[in-house]
Amino acid sequence: MSKFKKKKKGMPGISTASLPDIVFMLLFFFMVTTVMRETDLKIKKPVLPKADQVKKLERKSLVSYIYVGKGKDGGTGDKIQLNDKISTPKNIQSFVLAERATHSEAEIPFLTTSIKADKNAFVGTISDIKEELREVNALKINYSTLPGSALDNLKN
Amino acid sequence: MARRDNPEINAGSMADIAFLLLIFFLVTTTMDVDQGISRKLPEKQDPNVEPPNIKEKNIFDVLVNRNNEILVQNEYVEIGDIRQMAKDFIDNGGGVDAEGNPCDWCNGAKDPESSDHPKKAVVSIESNRGTSYSTFISVQNELVAAYNELRDEYAKKKFGVLFNELSADRQKKIKDDIYPQIISERPPVKN
Repeated sequence: MSKFKKKKKGMPGISTASLPDIVFMLLFFFMVTTVMRETDLKIKKPVLPKADQVKKLERKSLVSYIYVGKGKDGGTGDKIQLNDKISTPKNIQSFVLAERATHSEAEIPFLTTSIKADKNAFVGTISDIKEELREVNALKINYSTLPGSALDNLKN
Repeated sequence: MARRDNPEINAGSMADIAFLLLIFFLVTTTMDVDQGISRKLPEKQDPNVEPPNIKEKNIFDVLVNRNNEILVQNEYVEIGDIRQMAKDFIDNGGGVDAEGNPCDWCNGAKDPESSDHPKKAVVSIESNRGTSYSTFISVQNELVAAYNELRDEYAKKKFGVLFNELSADRQKKIKDDIYPQIISERPPVKN
């Protein structure tokens, strides 16, 4: 037996001692960068259209979101979601006012409404939303898009 | 002599625990950078106020119907053509602005039938309630692109750098006095 044992001089195993360190490093990275989703989507996740002339939204605390898309039950027509529930354009005014109440006076002119609408939504729905926003003087809006060429939107 | 073991805490499962946490954060994290086309809505108008009178030649009419077909200045066009048409229109510089100054930075054709001055040129988007949002965004994107390209060209010629690399007050000057972005969205028509 010892004869054979002597032969053995193979490769030493790769040390995995530093594996926890590497994993911890990744873990901390994700812990720091993670942003927990604030609202659950009650509608189907909107597939945003693409555009390339975009501006990044800075200061996420000043942005309120309006989601537009198809309902999960597969019905036709666009559904609007404010905060956690499906809503109608009529409730947008109170939504904006409630949103304003959580910010200080000085921040109010910088409040932006981001419209995250599905690419198959209708302009009519978006226009209703814009009308309501004008009523309460929430004039800064942002049509949320994905990076990409706008010419791709018209395919399919 | 009996060897006394120095008991150590087994750290072998540390990696597993860390992996578990890592996977949790990987799954819950949302890396979405929010970006999009920014727009400022017009303020609510008093219904008694007369709308300003704008000459027909200073309006660049973009119409999108419910079948997502695009009509620019009463011509059927493809989405890819809008950008150049809008640029030609804005940069035409065929006349003078409100103060009577000619557009001496315009490179356009100086066609008297087209827009007078970038400050007077209005881009108007008319859509239908049944238009799809993606078409609407594409059109908006192309029109914003037209303005951005003109601003870039101007910045390049005058200062040798792109618009985005200029200082804030120079950017503001271009935005306000050289190529102001005047895009008007008309309320969509029904059916």
